[in-house]
Amino acid sequence: MAFRIEIGLKRGVPDPRGAAAAARARGYLRLDVRACATRDIYLVDADLPADVQRRVRDAFADAVVARAALGRLPPPAFDWLIEVGFKPGVTDNVGHTAQAVLSDALNLPPAAPAPGVFTAVQYFIRGRGLDRAAAERLAREALANTLIQTIRVYSPEEWAAAPIALDPPVIRARPNLVVRSYDLSGSDEELLRISRDGILSLSLEEMRAIRDHFRRPDIRAARAALGLGPDPTDVELECIAQTWSEHCKHKIFAARVRYTDEQGRTEIIESLFDTYIRGATEKIAAAGCGWLVSVFKDNAGVIRFNDRWNLAYKVETHNSPSALDPYGGAITGIVGVNRDPMGTGMGCELLCNVWGYCLGSPFYEGDLPAGLMHPRRIRDGVHQGVIDGGNQSGIPWARGFERFDERYIGKPLVYCGTLGRLPALVGGRPSERKEVRPGDIIVMCGGRIGKDGIHGATFSSEELREESPAQAVQIGDPITQRMMYEFLIEARDQGWYRALTDNGAGGLSSSIGEMCRLSGGADLDLAKAPLKYEGLQPWEILLSEAQERMSLAVPPESLDAFLALARRRGVEAAALGTFTDSGRFIVRHGDRVVAALDLDFLHDGCPRMEIAARWTPPNVPPPRAPRAGDRTAALKRLLGRLNVCSKEYKSRQYDGEVKGLSVVKPFVGTRSDVPADATVMRVEHGADDGVVLAEGINPFYSDLDTAAMMESVVDEAVRRVVAAGGEWGTIAGLDNFCWPDPVQSEKTPDGEYKMAQLVRANRALHDICVAYGVPCISGKDSMKNDSVRGGRKISIPPTVLFSAIGRIGDVRRSLTMPFQRPGDLIAVAGITRDERGASEYHRLLAEAQGAPERFGGEPPRVRPAEAVPLYQAMDAAIRRGLLRSAHTPTLGGLAAALALCAIGGDVGADVNLDDAPREGAMDDDALLFSESNSRFVLTFAPEAERAVAEAFAGVAFAVVGRVTETPQLRLRIGGRLRVDAETDGLRRTFRSALWGI
Amino acid sequence: MPEKPRILIITGYGLNCEAESRHAWALAGADPELVHLNDLLERPRRLSDYAGLMFIGGFSFGDHMTSGHVFAARLRHRLREPLEKFIADGRLILGVCNGFQIMVKLGLLPGLDGEYFEQRVALIQNEVGHFQNFWVEIRFEPSSPCVFTRGLDRISLPIRHGEGRLFTPDRELLARIEAGGCVACRYADPATGRPADAFPHNPNGSLHAIAGLSDPTGRIFGLMPHPEAFLYPENHPHWDRRRHTGPLPERGLGLRIFENAVCFLSRNG
Repeated sequence: MAFRIEIGLKRGVPDPRGAAAAARARGYLRLDVRACATRDIYLVDADLPADVQRRVRDAFADAVVARAALGRLPPPAFDWLIEVGFKPGVTDNVGHTAQAVLSDALNLPPAAPAPGVFTAVQYFIRGRGLDRAAAERLAREALANTLIQTIRVYSPEEWAAAPIALDPPVIRARPNLVVRSYDLSGSDEELLRISRDGILSLSLEEMRAIRDHFRRPDIRAARAALGLGPDPTDVELECIAQTWSEHCKHKIFAARVRYTDEQGRTEIIESLFDTYIRGATEKIAAAGCGWLVSVFKDNAGVIRFNDRWNLAYKVETHNSPSALDPYGGAITGIVGVNRDPMGTGMGCELLCNVWGYCLGSPFYEGDLPAGLMHPRRIRDGVHQGVIDGGNQSGIPWARGFERFDERYIGKPLVYCGTLGRLPALVGGRPSERKEVRPGDIIVMCGGRIGKDGIHGATFSSEELREESPAQAVQIGDPITQRMMYEFLIEARDQGWYRALTDNGAGGLSSSIGEMCRLSGGADLDLAKAPLKYEGLQPWEILLSEAQERMSLAVPPESLDAFLALARRRGVEAAALGTFTDSGRFIVRHGDRVVAALDLDFLHDGCPRMEIAARWTPPNVPPPRAPRAGDRTAALKRLLGRLNVCSKEYKSRQYDGEVKGLSVVKPFVGTRSDVPADATVMRVEHGADDGVVLAEGINPFYSDLDTAAMMESVVDEAVRRVVAAGGEWGTIAGLDNFCWPDPVQSEKTPDGEYKMAQLVRANRALHDICVAYGVPCISGKDSMKNDSVRGGRKISIPPTVLFSAIGRIGDVRRSLTMPFQRPGDLIAVAGITRDERGASEYHRLLAEAQGAPERFGGEPPRVRPAEAVPLYQAMDAAIRRGLLRSAHTPTLGGLAAALALCAIGGDVGADVNLDDAPREGAMDDDALLFSESNSRFVLTFAPEAERAVAEAFAGVAFAVVGRVTETPQLRLRIGGRLRVDAETDGLRRTFRSALWGI
Repeated sequence: MPEKPRILIITGYGLNCEAESRHAWALAGADPELVHLNDLLERPRRLSDYAGLMFIGGFSFGDHMTSGHVFAARLRHRLREPLEKFIADGRLILGVCNGFQIMVKLGLLPGLDGEYFEQRVALIQNEVGHFQNFWVEIRFEPSSPCVFTRGLDRISLPIRHGEGRLFTPDRELLARIEAGGCVACRYADPATGRPADAFPHNPNGSLHAIAGLSDPTGRIFGLMPHPEAFLYPENHPHWDRRRHTGPLPERGLGLRIFENAVCFLSRNG
C-alpha cells in the first residue's frame, strides 16, 4: 500500500512559487487571484511500517522552513485547490530524485533499486469571484500542460470530503507483444492511408518503393530464412519511415530542383546541399583552408583549434515539440543538442551553449487559432526549459537572441546549439575518427526507454495539426544526462569504446541504423533494452525518443569494465546485441526476428524528390517618406522595439560563467547592460587562446529577397566575430535553415515561390562563404514550419540562423562594443548606402502610417570586394592593439549602433554623420537608419589616430566624432542636429520594453 | 619545499564546477583531486588523506526537493563519521553555491556549539523568484575568524543561483550567528561598501545581506558567490574598460580565498 507525504512551508516563510503562480494568473489570464500557497506531494509506492514512514517524511522535508505530514497537512484558507501531477508513464524527475532520499532513509545498499516515488504540486488559490471554470482555466493555461500532466480541482468542501488518493500513476497494463505486418499490395489510396494512419509521413512514391523492394524474390527468400513473412512488419515500416523522414534524410535539400527565374530561364540543380553548401566548403578546403577536421559527416562539425584541441560545434532546432509543450520541448532541445558534440568523434567535453528563439510578440492581442498557446506562454516555457537544461547541465550560455514576428505564433523556432572540445588525440589516435568492427557490442547507456517522443522524427516533418501526437513530447532530465556525460568521458579516456553516437530523433532505429553502416550490419535484441515500464511494443522500443541516451560500439574485451564503471557511476548501461558485417540491420525481440532490413535499401532506397521553383520578385512599396527633421523620437522608438530592445531580463536567468572561462560575456558595458557583438572565451584553463562566437539572423529581409537575407546574416555573423578580435581566415559557420513547406501542393499553393526563395538563399550562401573563405562545417534544416489550425494556415518567414565561430590567439586582445573613454575618436568603417528595405525603420514608419505592408525599398546586400579588405584591416588593427572598441551596426543602422555604444559606455558622443563613408544619393534618414552591411563603429585614443588611419588606408573609413563625458548623444547631418538625446533616456527605452516580461 | 596540501573535491550527481575549482586550488599552490562521491562512499576513510575538502557548485540531484537537500541527506546517512573526524582533526572545508547549500542542509554551517549535523538555517528561493547570474560586490568581515577570508576587504564575484536567500525565522539564532563571527561575508553596495539590503546589490534578499558563513573555528566556510569563477582578470565584466586605466592584476581576485586556505594549511599543516 502506497503512502502520501505532504510538505508545506512554515508560517512566515516566503513562497515564491506560489507568488509566481498568482502573478501568472493575473498577467496571462487576468484572473483576480490574490494569493497562492503551494505544497509538494510525494506518493511513495511501498508498504512500510509507520515508524519508517515517519523517517521517510522527515528525510523528505527541509528541517528549518518546511513542515510535513503523512496523509494530509491541514490546508490553508483557500477558494480552490489545484493539484497537478504527471500522467502515467511521463518522466517524473523529482520523483526519481526522491528515490535517492528514500534509499538513504531505508538504508538500502547504494545500487539496490528503491521503490517508486510520484510527485504532484498543490496550488491553494485565493481570489475574488473565481468560479470552478476559472480555476480550471488557470490550471490548464498557466499551471499545467494537459499533454503530460493531470489536473484535479477541489473546492474546500470537496477537499475535506475527498479520500486520500493513494494510486500511483504507473502503467500497469501489460499488453501482449504484437508485431503486425502491412499488406502493401493495395491501391495507391490504400498505400497513402497506411502512411497517414501510422503517422509515417511517407509519400506515395516512397510507399511504392517500399512495396517494390519487399516484392523482390531475393528479399523474400532472405526474410523467409529468418522466419519473416513477405510483408514488411510494423517495426520495419516504422524504421524505414523515420530513416526516410525529412528530419533525417533532408529530402528537400537533396532533391532535384527545377528553378525558373523572373525572366523565365530555367536551370536544374542537383541537390541544393551538394551544390551550394557542401560545394562551397569543398572549394574553400581546396583553396587551402587547413583546419577543417570533419565536416558534414558526424553529429557536429569539427575544426582544429590548436595542437591540443579540436572544436565541435552544432546548432539544432526543436520547433514542433516546443509548440506543443514549450518547457519540455525546449529543455529537450538543449540537452538534446548537447549530445551532438558529446557523440561526435570519440566524444567531446562541452564548453558552452547558444540559444535563440523566433516567437510571436508576448504582447500579442490578435486572434489565436484554437489549440495554439499564447506567444507569451510559449516564450516563458521555452526560456525556462533552456534555462533549466543549460544551468543544470553546468554548461554556460555564450550567445542568445530573440526575434519577434506574428508569423511565428503557429510554430515558434527554438534554436539550441553546443560547442564542445575534443582532444586532438584520444589514446594516440585522431579523436574525430569513428570505427565499428564486426563483433563489437551494441551498448545503450543513459536513461530508460518509454513511450516518450515516439514519432518525433516523422512528426517534425509535418505541419502542426489539431491531432498532432502527444507522445511526440519528451521530458529532459539534465542530471541523468550529466551523470552519463561524466561517465562517458571517463570511459573515453580509458579507451573502452570504439564509437558512440546519440539517440535523438528516431531513437535506436536511427543511432544503430546509422552506426552499423561503419561495420556493415547489426543484430539488435530489443528485449534486452531497459524499459521505464512494461508493455512497449517492439516498434515502440526501437523508435522511442526517450532522452539522455547514447549508443556505443564497445569491443567485447572491454565490455565488462565499461559496464562496471557505469554501475559505479549510477549510470544505466545495457548490451543489446552485436555489430556485424551481414549487410543487414536485424532486430529481434527475444527469440523472434521482428525486422531484417537491407542496409543499402534502408539508407539509399528512398526515391529522390523533384521540386519546382519559380522566382517572381515581390512588389513591396516603401512607406511614405516623413518630412526631414529631428529624429530623436524615432531613434527612441526604434530602441524600444521588440527586435532591437534589451533581452537582458530573461538572459540573466541563464548561467553564463560556470567553468570560469568567460572573457567577453554576452552583456558588456559599464553597467553590463548592452549585448556584446560576440562572446569570447578560453577553451582551457591556463591558456590564453580563445574562441569567438557570434550569429546573424534576419528573417525580415526574406520578405524582399532571401538572397539579401542570406548574405546579410552571414556578413553579420562574420563581422561580429571580426569586431571582437576573431582572426580573419579562422572563421567557420553553421547554417540552420527554417522554412515553410516549399513543395507545391493543394495545401501549399505558393510552394514554387517558397522553393525559389530557398534556392536563392542557398546560392547566396555559397557565393558569400566562398568569397569570405568561411566554410560551413555543419548545419540543419527544418522544412515544415507551418501550422494549420482552425482552418487558418500560418507559415513562418524563411529564416536562417548563421552561427560563426572564430579563433583569437590571445583573448586579452578582445574588443567590446561600448565607448570606453571620453575624448576617444569615433570612426565609421564601411560604406553606407540607401538600403532601408525591410529595415526596422521602414517597418516602424509603415506601422505608424497604418500600412504595415509598406516596408519596401532596397534590402541590404553584401559586396565581398569591399568587405574582405575591410575585415583584413580590422584584424590587423586589433592585433596591433590600435582600437578601444568596435561595434557592428545592424537593426536600426548607425543611429541605433551609436546609441548602444554610448549606453554601454555610460557616456555621450558628438558625431557628424556627413563624414561617414557613403555611396549613392541618400537623405538623412538613410544615413541614420539604413542597415547596410559590412560596417563598423570604432573608437580609439586620439594619439592613435594616425596609426589607425594607416591601418585602414585603402578601405572606406572616416573619423566622424568624439566620445564625450557628458552623457548626451548628438548626431549631426548637414550642420543640423538630427538626434539629441540623453544617454540615460535612451537606456530606459532600450531596457524597459521587455523588462520583467 | 614542503609538500603541497591535498584537497579533495567531491564530484558527481550534477555538481559541475569541478574544472575551475581544481584549477583554483592548483593555482593557489595546493594539490587538488577530483573524487566521485560514489568512490568516496566506497572507501570513506580515504577522507583522512586530505588536508581540505571542497563542496563545489552545481545542481546536485537537479536541486529537486530544494537545493542541496538530497546530496546532504546522502552525506548524513553515509559519510557522517568520517566527516566528524575530519572536522575534529582541524581540517578545512570550503563550499561554494550548491556546495554551501549542501553544507547548510547538513548543518556544517553555521556549526554553533560544535553541532555540525543539525540543519539550523536555510537558503531559500531568491526573493525575485528565479535563478540569477550577475556580478555583485562582496565585503568580507574582518571580525570573522574565517581563515579563508583573512585580510580580504572587498571583491566583486558572480552569483549564479536560484536559492541563495539566507533565512531563519529565529531572530535569536541570527543574533548568535552574528555574535559568533559566523558571518564571513555580505553583499555590499559598491558605492558605499555598506551591507546591501535591497536588489540588485543584495541579489536574493538574504537576511543581514549574508553571502557566506563560517563556523566559529573559522575552518569551515561556505558562500553563495563563486570565487573560482574569477581566476583571470578577464573574468571580471569590466576588464575591457579597466585595462585602459592601468595594468590589470595578474590573476583574478577570487583566487585569494584559495590562497588564504593554502597559506593556512602550509603554516598549520
